[in-house]
Amino acid sequence: MTQHPFLALTDSDREDMLGAIGVDTVHELFRDLPEAVRLGRELDLERALSEQEVFAHVAALAERNADASRELSFLGAGMYDHYVPAVVDAILQRGELLTAYTPYQPEMSQGVLQAIFEYQTAICELTGMDVSNASGYDGTSVAADACYVAKHATGRSKVVVTEATNPQVRQVVKTYAAGFGLEIVEVPHHDGTTDPDGVESAASEAAAVIFQQPNFFGCLEPAPDLVAAATEAGALPIVHADLLSLGVLEAPGRYGAALTLGEGQAAGNFTSFGGPHYGFLAARTEFIRRMPGRIVGETLDAAGERGYVLTLQTREQHIRREKATSNITTNQTLLALGGLVYLTWLGPQGLRELGEACLSLAAYAKQRLEQQAGLESMFADKTTFKEFAVRVGRNAREVVAAARERGVHPGYALGRDYEGMDDILLVAVTERRTPEEIDRLADVLAEVVAR
Amino acid sequence: MKLIYEKSQAGRRASALPRHENLPPPPGLPENLRRAEPPRLPEVPEFELVRHFTELSTRNFGVDTGFYPLGSCTMKYNPRINERLAALPGFARLHPLQEEEGAQGALELMWRLQEILAEVTGLDAVSLQPAAGSQGELTGLLLVGAYFAARGETEQRRKVVIPDTAHGTNPASVTMAGYELTPVRTDARGNIDVDDLRGKVDEHTAALMLTNPSTLGLFDENIQEIERIFHEAGALMYYDGANLNAVCGISRPGDMGFDIVHINLHKTFSQPHGGGGPGGGPVAVRDIVEPFLPVPAVVQRGEGGYGLDFDRPQTIGKVRGFTGPFGVFVRSYAFLRMWGPRLREMSETAVLNANYVLARLKDAYDLPFDRLCMHEFVVSARSLKRQHGCTALDVAKRLMDYGFHPPTIYFPLIVPEALMVEPTETEARETLDAFCDAMLAIAREAVDEPELLKEAPHHRPVQRLDEVRAAKQPVVKYGFAEHPAAKGEPRVAAAADAPEGA
Repeated sequence: MTQHPFLALTDSDREDMLGAIGVDTVHELFRDLPEAVRLGRELDLERALSEQEVFAHVAALAERNADASRELSFLGAGMYDHYVPAVVDAILQRGELLTAYTPYQPEMSQGVLQAIFEYQTAICELTGMDVSNASGYDGTSVAADACYVAKHATGRSKVVVTEATNPQVRQVVKTYAAGFGLEIVEVPHHDGTTDPDGVESAASEAAAVIFQQPNFFGCLEPAPDLVAAATEAGALPIVHADLLSLGVLEAPGRYGAALTLGEGQAAGNFTSFGGPHYGFLAARTEFIRRMPGRIVGETLDAAGERGYVLTLQTREQHIRREKATSNITTNQTLLALGGLVYLTWLGPQGLRELGEACLSLAAYAKQRLEQQAGLESMFADKTTFKEFAVRVGRNAREVVAAARERGVHPGYALGRDYEGMDDILLVAVTERRTPEEIDRLADVLAEVVAR
Repeated sequence: MKLIYEKSQAGRRASALPRHENLPPPPGLPENLRRAEPPRLPEVPEFELVRHFTELSTRNFGVDTGFYPLGSCTMKYNPRINERLAALPGFARLHPLQEEEGAQGALELMWRLQEILAEVTGLDAVSLQPAAGSQGELTGLLLVGAYFAARGETEQRRKVVIPDTAHGTNPASVTMAGYELTPVRTDARGNIDVDDLRGKVDEHTAALMLTNPSTLGLFDENIQEIERIFHEAGALMYYDGANLNAVCGISRPGDMGFDIVHINLHKTFSQPHGGGGPGGGPVAVRDIVEPFLPVPAVVQRGEGGYGLDFDRPQTIGKVRGFTGPFGVFVRSYAFLRMWGPRLREMSETAVLNANYVLARLKDAYDLPFDRLCMHEFVVSARSLKRQHGCTALDVAKRLMDYGFHPPTIYFPLIVPEALMVEPTETEARETLDAFCDAMLAIAREAVDEPELLKEAPHHRPVQRLDEVRAAKQPVVKYGFAEHPAAKGEPRVAAAADAPEGA
């Protein structure tokens, strides 16, 4: 058999090395394995491919997907087609960063450690919180992590989640809750947003209230009032936020959130069929020793120079084991680094302009869909950010299918998650869409809906 | 070096956004929801951004930089083709809520990866959803819970057995899943102490969590007896796949009797670790556990297409958004297709490399268990510490001066002054020899010039860092005007008062 390109040992290396070990064959190295647990045959897999062959095969699979470069897409619902600048790719492909492990040895890892420290700073600046972890898996799992923080911080065992929070977030929170011993209570929305009084009564004896801003329908919640209602009931207010809205929307820390978290994908990651992305999780100082996951801290070296280390590790599984604040080891550092590079690229002015562009384009789209396609906006008296719901007058999944035949993906059929919303479409408009593309969406929807 | 925030000057920027003529101005926001003060993100031009992060990368060490024998982390070469494939627009710009018909290539890739992982683990069904090994563990334990709930044994089975050599994630996951921990000892040969085990497994036991080979790098010789004890008690067997790189194509967890396995795609199957993620922690299960897997399941439809099946009434639910970290699947799938049945050669080489390094080091360091190892091994600096005051930490820091990333240290916990070395299949003999030479030289230095170890590293961008200070006075973000300067001195008042945007 030819030498595999990912191996280095030659036949004579093998022979010498076996001699140094004191065995005759590689087979002998496995003598501790009982015969009965050995496979005893070749793995039933297709033959090994060369790089060129694997490229042809996998690229052909990629060709069969209708991605946002082939189809004009207004699909959002938690994942967004924002522009990712070339600098993100360039930095993330630096092998020193790409191929490093978790920075257990800080003197070998100052690059990634400093970058995470800078990321934590950016997240705190955006959210108005005091401390950020180094990232969580995604926008769903960080919400579950926060429930664990809240349970232990309050000693209570109920968590309130608003119905207008991303359905996948709610589903993951419920799945984790089975292990945490938490009861999850959902608060319904009223005409697209959540009623603070409803939150306050549901939050009685609750550890936390989780709501999303902007919410899953794209509407702006009365966030300061929801936070106040949760606080009044003695529950920790937890805001699930969109980082890219925080150039124009108030930082949750400024109106009293205990924790702010969310999905980081929109800021610097491709949609990538759902991952890998990063979840961000930030909190007020009082929760620093209950935080899940890695945190980087600044310190000094033996010569008094500044440097960075993983810190507060007594929270973590490798030290505390069954008493740890979470089981997280591997998180999403590289994707969070992509987030930092992206936010640095934007800067404060770019972030504000991006938020304004989303607001403008989405408002334009809402207007075109009403006027040109004759669609009724849902929750019409509510302010929306980059996403909004419209009634399409027939099953929205059929509308999606018909529009896709015309090369436009018009959005997300809310009936997939919400009862009674079968004819409602959730349309996302990022800065990546142009007014001309929005006109085309309106044309296509007018045609499809009229059929 | 400076933080990016310290390079910031008001008014600079790296981005320019598209401008649209005739677009109405943004609608007004309610006063109490509008941002009052802008976030202090860095303000730098694009080339300054690139230089900053490039400089950071030069202060970091990856597998692409050099040898990285970090035990239990399987730091192997990450093929570059994987990056090219994951970046294809058909994958990178595919939305996870795309209709099935518009995502056939992605679904087929996931289905094929599931089939490969089922064959490699010797099990029946796979869910790719968990985002990392520890989330795979939690998923596995929730599956255990759902399995016993369906049998009406929820109240009865509250205990999960874990050996004292286990990764810290195992006990942490046990607590998160609401179980009680039953620790079990390791015997003199490095196997689970079967006598201790017998007394601890009964009708209250839900599962065993085992890494095999263990974190000592040893294959448990009594695995068949262990399997008999658990299955006779009606409990399930969970396999922590962190060390799967030792046994691909040689012995499969399913053949060892395990019912649930998680696989670390970022270890065995070459997803680059990215300085701390992303990872991928698929779970593979026996048919009796399959009904409880997370939704949606990736399935092959009758007519040859692929789809997502949400209709799983007994599912535990979801542990992560969508179907998992898809870009990780692209990389691991490509890697697996480039190995195919030759995976056995991969694992054999990993084991050969580890045994060779062990053979060269075992006279200079203490050997807690004198056996052949699997893909990694644990030696101890106990004698160096006792006789010369040099600890495992000192050895690790000194290795940096020789240009190597240190091994995992102080783990597993049952070995004092542990050094856990995992060379992987990647390395050339010359590299292994250079590493062994360095380890032997360090052992001699500990005798002759111990301060060389204690003051190491000498040639890294920073000297040894004060971790106690970091934990006692946590500084976890940049403090802007109040932040200490790079030399560790408090910033002088004049600088703090300097006008912004100067």
